[in-house]
Amino acid sequence: MNTQKYHIVVGLEVHVQLLTRTKLFCGCGTVFGAAPNSQTCPVCLGLPGSLPVMNRRAFELGLRAALALNCSIARFTKWDRKNYYYPDLPKNYQISQYDLPLGSEGWLEINTSQGIKRIGIIRCHLEEDAGKMLHDERGTGRDSLVDLNRTGTPLLEIVSKPELSSPEEARLYLEEMRLLMRELGVSDCEMQEGSLRCDANVNIRIPQAEGGGVLATPIVEIKNLNSFRFLEQAVRYEAQRQYEQWQKDPGYLLGKVSKATAGWDEASGRTVFQRRKEEAADYRYFPDPDLIPVIVDDAWLERIRGELGELPSAMRKRLGTQYGLSEYDVGVLMSLGRQTVAYFEETARVCQDAKAAVNWITNQVQATLKDRGGDLAELPLSAQRLGELIAKQKELGLNKQTAQAVYDKMLHEDLEVAAAIEALQIRVVTDTNAVVELVRAAIAANPKAVADYKKGKTAAANVLKGAVMRQTKGSVRADVVEAVLKEELERG
Amino acid sequence: MSRTQLTASQLLDQLHRGEVTAEAVADDFLRAIGDRNTLLQAFLHVDEDDILQQARQVDTRRRRSEPLGPLAGLPVAIKDVICTKGQPTTAGSKILANFRPPYDAHVVERLRAADAILLGKTNCDEFAMGSSNENSAYGPARNPWDPSRIPGGSSGGSAVAVAACLAPLALGTDTGGSVRQPAALCGIVGLKPSYGRVSRYGVLAYGSSLDQVGPMSHDVRDCALLLEAIAGHDPRDATCVDHPVPRYAQRLDEPFASLTIGLPREFFAEGLSSEVEQAVRAAVEVYRGHGATIREVSLPHSKYALATYYLVATAEASSNLARYDGAHFGHRSTDHRGLIDMYCKSRGQGFGAEVKRRVMLGTYALSSGYRDAYYLKALKVRRLIRDDFDRAFAECDVLLGPTSPTVAFSLGERVSDPLAMYLADIYTISGNLAGLCGISIPCGFSASGLPIGLQLLAAPLEEEKLLRVARLYERATDWHLRRPSLPS
Ligand SMILES: [Zn+2]
Repeated sequence: MNTQKYHIVVGLEVHVQLLTRTKLFCGCGTVFGAAPNSQTCPVCLGLPGSLPVMNRRAFELGLRAALALNCSIARFTKWDRKNYYYPDLPKNYQISQYDLPLGSEGWLEINTSQGIKRIGIIRCHLEEDAGKMLHDERGTGRDSLVDLNRTGTPLLEIVSKPELSSPEEARLYLEEMRLLMRELGVSDCEMQEGSLRCDANVNIRIPQAEGGGVLATPIVEIKNLNSFRFLEQAVRYEAQRQYEQWQKDPGYLLGKVSKATAGWDEASGRTVFQRRKEEAADYRYFPDPDLIPVIVDDAWLERIRGELGELPSAMRKRLGTQYGLSEYDVGVLMSLGRQTVAYFEETARVCQDAKAAVNWITNQVQATLKDRGGDLAELPLSAQRLGELIAKQKELGLNKQTAQAVYDKMLHEDLEVAAAIEALQIRVVTDTNAVVELVRAAIAANPKAVADYKKGKTAAANVLKGAVMRQTKGSVRADVVEAVLKEELERG
Repeated sequence: MSRTQLTASQLLDQLHRGEVTAEAVADDFLRAIGDRNTLLQAFLHVDEDDILQQARQVDTRRRRSEPLGPLAGLPVAIKDVICTKGQPTTAGSKILANFRPPYDAHVVERLRAADAILLGKTNCDEFAMGSSNENSAYGPARNPWDPSRIPGGSSGGSAVAVAACLAPLALGTDTGGSVRQPAALCGIVGLKPSYGRVSRYGVLAYGSSLDQVGPMSHDVRDCALLLEAIAGHDPRDATCVDHPVPRYAQRLDEPFASLTIGLPREFFAEGLSSEVEQAVRAAVEVYRGHGATIREVSLPHSKYALATYYLVATAEASSNLARYDGAHFGHRSTDHRGLIDMYCKSRGQGFGAEVKRRVMLGTYALSSGYRDAYYLKALKVRRLIRDDFDRAFAECDVLLGPTSPTVAFSLGERVSDPLAMYLADIYTISGNLAGLCGISIPCGFSASGLPIGLQLLAAPLEEEKLLRVARLYERATDWHLRRPSLPS
């Protein structure tokens, strides 16, 4: 029997800003944070007589994303005008793709606690972004200002099916989308800068007592969620809110009450009702006569497919099976980006110890990058050298501190592992006779520890081992010391 | 004969030979404008200092034997829907009364590159919507053959400028006949290039899938010269074709080995004035006399052309003109309350009646519930109209008919009857819907002394053939040599 009071149904509309140098229909730059209205021209200002020309690169990034989302690609697409009046849209129409989106019927896989779940994608299409309104917020009735730098920036809108069934799944979907778009070089997906934006369509299904079927509440679209946390919080809050509203008003049902839009108020942690969409707005879509249709032929599509590389979902599976890494390790590695994964693979190939490679990379290497700034490509320690260090550590049984010292030496002086060990004057004592001498000296110098050991406190052996290691500055193999120590103590 | 009555080619020869300076030529035309523009209202803006300065620069460069463009020193009047950097561009509308674009249209750049002198902006129907010039917010231009009559539209000011010898050349725009019809009514040559032949960049859009900039001139040679200067690929207009531009003027007089001229039955139907029909039929005989084969053809869907045009053009216009809202440029009402009220008042005050009518019509045609029945149906019919022409051009080199069903009518005659006004373009509209090239050339005069135009249509990108066929007739006749006599 299902004890849940309701089931959450979520569909996400995600907008990602494409990583193009120039805008979708003109040559203006797309750099974030430029002085207001400095990145504009007659085309994106919508001046009389100006005409749009498609940025082919933007279309290709859209294709790349659509392919990665397993969409069917429209071989014939066109540009349509979506007509509505607003000052952030100087032409008073937005150039978009209406009935022939470049991609449709795809999916994205997310890794839930119950395993991999495939979330359907209804469509993805390209469109131009609007500008930014800067409203006078002092309430003095002064003029509002508008910054048109963003106007005409290429956006990819990705609409999921309502197949996300919890706040966590919604967040996972958005995280996975962000990872995918970044990995593909489609978008930098900086939510704070607005290059990844998300609207969530939320309602709930309430199972009824035997024979009563399932009731559904009206859909509420929560606009402009700009962090993963807010998305998760907003969906959770809104679902519960709808349940409580239905409890108060049994007529609060899908089909009886129309769709509404809401915003997320992060201060109060609530969704705030905006307006009800009584009727679908009439955008009077029609093909933009200023632009020509786009024909996607086999050759073009194959070239874009060739640029894709390995997709994150495939990479995730491969890293797990090929290297025997845990899901956690795979997740951490992939969150560090494709470059880090490649660095890892090379390191693991050289040292033949994937687990040790992951640990080194996620700990020491990340700490180094954090200290120095910059990325892996600028790190003087190559994956080859790191792999050699890890192999040497194993071979010589170097302890952590010694290995760290070798790592630092290699990094700062750009040395091979052997040279670093040489420079640090690390002499590894492998001669058992020499170790026996050292151990006997330690036993003689620590009668209390020996007595404790004999009383059955086996941990007391560590005191003796530590003494030997200290004396030799770690240049003997710990496992050899342990073995000899055991032998000597048993004998004595 | 005054110098202003010369053709562009004749003036170019004189300039080239150094018989006259560009400054003197510009001065002559400025004088003519000064004398007659008050009556004719052909020009909305003339910047005398700027014009003389342009001319002096050409003269200086010629004196220094620097290389000069093909139209060096030749004044060209520009329809006021075409952007000229820093100069007013009003589109005949109050809403753009104070608008000065920060850039030149492609065709204007080309003219500057050819060293032509930009001779001010010409009157037109507001946003090129009209067939009589009476929809100009600045008052109508008047027909130089009879100033009580309309000059045609929407490029009426450009037609009047050339016909009245205020400019040797002019640019117009043709969305449904707006170059050819006023050319016919004013007794000059006007050509609408094939869709995509000339860049639309910097041309204020009316019906984007129909608009083309076209040359207007005294004769076919001048027309070819001006077309050569403005045609060709422009990467800023996605609909502009990348196709080489022939040297139109050079090949004008080449004879035809064979020439088949089609007479569309539908172009000689009810509503055609008998005087116009007689003149056109006489022109047919001229061609027959020069060995052309004359064949009657049918364009069965042309009866839907007018309805199709007024759905497609207005739908596009309703969206194209949305940007004139007072927010970013152009007229903004001063007494608005809130954003929506600002939009409504700015547009309500800024637009004239015909623009409002067409924006409403187009908005309706695209609205949900009507879109399929009107706009999408119109697109299908447009395809059928194009198919009709494809069939006709499979057996004919060009099609021939009247440009306009009547000669110039009186000012005010059709103002209260928009449908009667729309009929003025009945023979020109289908050429735009099908993307053809077409030309109107003078072919006679009515009993009352008003010019009659002959229209020739050719398949897309067949401008060279079209011009040669037009020139063949022109060589055999002298209608193009007549100039209206005006009080000076
Ligand atoms: Zn721009």
